[in-house]
Amino acid sequence: MRSPLLRILGIALLGAAIVVLLSIKLNAFRDYQIAEIAVYVTAVAGLTVLTGLSGQISLGNGAFMAIGAYTTALMLAHLGWPFVAVLVVAGIVSAATGAIVGVAAARLHGPYLAGVTLMLGVALPFLAFVYPSTLGGDQGLNVVYTQPAFLGANFPLTRWQAWISSAVALVVLVLLANLGRSRVGRNWRAVRDDEVAAALAGINVAQARVLAFVVSAACAGLAGALLAIITALVAPGAFTITLSIALLTGAVIGGLGTLFGAIWGSLVIVLVPVYATDVATSHGLSTAVASNIPIAAYGVVLILVMLIFPQGIQGGVLWVLRLFGISAARPSRQASTPDAMPSAGETPARPHEKEGTQ
Amino acid sequence: MVEFLQFTLSGISFGMIYAAIALSLVLIWRGTRLVNFAQGAMAMFTTYIAIEVIYHTGSYWTGFVVALAAGIVLGAAAELAVIKPAQGRPELNAVIITIGLLVLLEGLAGIFYGGQYRSFPAAFSVTGLHAGSTALGVSRFDVFVAAAVLVTTLLLAAGFRYTSAGLRMRAAAFNATVARLSGIRVARVITVGWALAGLLGALAGLLVSPSTFLYPNSMDTIFVFGFTAAVIGGLDSPVGAVIGGLLLGVALSYAGGYLGSQVTALVALGILVVVLMLRPAGIFSGAQVRRV
Amino acid sequence: MSSPAEADGGQRASTAGGAAALAVEDLVAGYGEVLALNRVTIEASGASITAVLGANGAGKTTLLRAISGMVRPRSGRILFDGANRAGRSPEDMARAGIAHVPEGQGVIPELTVEENLRLGMMAWPGMTRRRADRGAALAEAYERFGVLADRRRKLAGTLSGGERQMLVIARALIARPRVLLLDEPSLGLAPLIMAQVMDMVVRLSRESGITVVLVEQNARAALSIADRGVVLNLGRVVAAADAKDLAADVALRHHYLGF
Repeated sequence: MRSPLLRILGIALLGAAIVVLLSIKLNAFRDYQIAEIAVYVTAVAGLTVLTGLSGQISLGNGAFMAIGAYTTALMLAHLGWPFVAVLVVAGIVSAATGAIVGVAAARLHGPYLAGVTLMLGVALPFLAFVYPSTLGGDQGLNVVYTQPAFLGANFPLTRWQAWISSAVALVVLVLLANLGRSRVGRNWRAVRDDEVAAALAGINVAQARVLAFVVSAACAGLAGALLAIITALVAPGAFTITLSIALLTGAVIGGLGTLFGAIWGSLVIVLVPVYATDVATSHGLSTAVASNIPIAAYGVVLILVMLIFPQGIQGGVLWVLRLFGISAARPSRQASTPDAMPSAGETPARPHEKEGTQ
Repeated sequence: MVEFLQFTLSGISFGMIYAAIALSLVLIWRGTRLVNFAQGAMAMFTTYIAIEVIYHTGSYWTGFVVALAAGIVLGAAAELAVIKPAQGRPELNAVIITIGLLVLLEGLAGIFYGGQYRSFPAAFSVTGLHAGSTALGVSRFDVFVAAAVLVTTLLLAAGFRYTSAGLRMRAAAFNATVARLSGIRVARVITVGWALAGLLGALAGLLVSPSTFLYPNSMDTIFVFGFTAAVIGGLDSPVGAVIGGLLLGVALSYAGGYLGSQVTALVALGILVVVLMLRPAGIFSGAQVRRV
Repeated sequence: MSSPAEADGGQRASTAGGAAALAVEDLVAGYGEVLALNRVTIEASGASITAVLGANGAGKTTLLRAISGMVRPRSGRILFDGANRAGRSPEDMARAGIAHVPEGQGVIPELTVEENLRLGMMAWPGMTRRRADRGAALAEAYERFGVLADRRRKLAGTLSGGERQMLVIARALIARPRVLLLDEPSLGLAPLIMAQVMDMVVRLSRESGITVVLVEQNARAALSIADRGVVLNLGRVVAAADAKDLAADVALRHHYLGF
């Protein structure tokens, strides 16, 4: 019986192989999309762990991405460190911010937590305007990044960006998978399901919750760092509340609390708008209208997925696999539903997540 | 000193708009225990409808009334079409659905009306009023804004207090089980709650759009501040919503006035964090802190 | 005290003739994989009190919840007024004349006493909610229960336990149901208050002709006021007889009821 760790590493290596293959076969724009998807996977994975495993909703993870991105831009511009080192520092700085936010939010639940994180997502980018000399104001900062010399002069930048983003994403996924299986992950689920019971069982609830924020912020920070070198520019306009909302919806559409869900969700976030725009322009609609069609489509997708497949794409995938008798998942924990009439005013308070592969 | 007065008065005017949004969120929260993240977008959409009506009929007040009616219809329709089907599912699903509604409405507005900023007329003159020779920093329109929200709020409060329909809504909000067992059609009551919230949102949109211009994302920040006001006041408390709105409006007016408009969001964040650290369920949430 | 059967016209036929007001047949209901009721059959009619007894988890509360529509039964019938109402919503059942006071949730503490009383009127059929009727109903309640009259504008949450139950009964009177389901009305009350509440339940049934189904942990007290008794154990009916006979059956009492 292969150990879970080996299985996780195996899947990761498979993923890496797929990415390498695709990046070589496809054109530069597709490579850019692969990189973009990888960025989202990194951020969404952190968020899905925060919200799905520890039960804390965050509408402000875009702010942590901004922190990672700006840290990267500043360090590359002023310190000239190698990117890996910059990446680590960006992750640490975001993690530290996550700790602060987590401590401030430790006693908050549900909509109150949503409110604080929403406000964070909206307000933080304004720091760029408050300190325009260092942070570049509305125009933002250019990101000075050159690919490593060992690649040779002919190696396309976009392919390298795809590789490094995917590598970071895969590493993050592996680490999160292990974290999810460890005592930390179990503590998170316990806190999510019943705080009082968890506290009585000896779990330090506040610590668990703050740790979840730290992890989620670190992931978002790394994603932001990658975004910085991919787009070569960091500006407040890239980190609006729209980004935070996109992250959350990606996590939910993909399947909240599942790491594969982070992948599916990121694919949706990046590819659906592009596909919808293509369809729209191919039907001869004006650009003004066409550029809004993906937005409207995105909204419809969100609503339909939530109404029809609340466990998201990963839930659908597992269902299909089970139909074919392939039980890749651990037995999913059924939230027992009473035969009662759904009480109109009293919806259950916690996201009941059905676990898939972690 | 004059500046202080100006900031205070204009803060009250904006604060009333935040209060209207906050109140609509509280209405929905009490009925369905969820936050309608699409509230601002709905308001934006009904304001676009108003502008179309105004353009075609030449009458501001016709557009005003139609927008309010559209708000009622939109609120009820949203509840019936996408919220009710999601009932009984985890709360997060319904939240995402409202976010989906938000995105959908903004997309539709872009498709039907285009993305450019449009100016929206004000009901009354927007020239500053003076007390003697001192500029007050507010206009007739600002006074109208405050009055409109105040009157609507008082009417709603009276309705809730003194009518059977209001009693049904309050009973359903406090204890849906006992309400249903008393024969109250809670599902219908909830739809009415969303309709009223839609009305309030539409009103807010009409009142704020002259200042912010109208474009698909124009209500985003107003919504965020309205949500903040509701959270500060306590999502269970209509009184808290209004007071939270006023406090926030005035505080942000001072911040924007004395420190520059870039810091208002950051100040709002600060206020929110401080209030919630002291009272995690809002200032006026009362004895029953519903732990979600 | 005029009986409700005479007071309102039309819809609610008198059951004084002895036909069962309420009959539950082979009811199966549960939560998830747990079956709380396993083919339960019970009958109650006229101005009577039927006590439903049994240990915790026996299914008593689920039985009431199934009758009032809070829980949808998996199979079986709930006959009320000759029609099978199983699976109807709580609002419909309330309007048809079945009132259910769940355990611990009789009053809404955030509403005033008078507002709680007015909730009783929400189940009145159709258009009979004229202001005159409303006023008369309230006046009658205040006359019977002086304490409530004194506290009419106070929040129900400020009432003591016994007073809350009084409010519950008063509201039930106003609602004029044909069937009243009471779940542990004496819970948490001091013995003296409990006796008063039981007394009120008896008067409610006798004077208003209401069929009362009473779930009680305190079997002794329940049997002392009930006409019939039904004992549930693990979702099944293990005994159904006149209350006096149940009380006299020492072996049964010891085995299922704990006294």
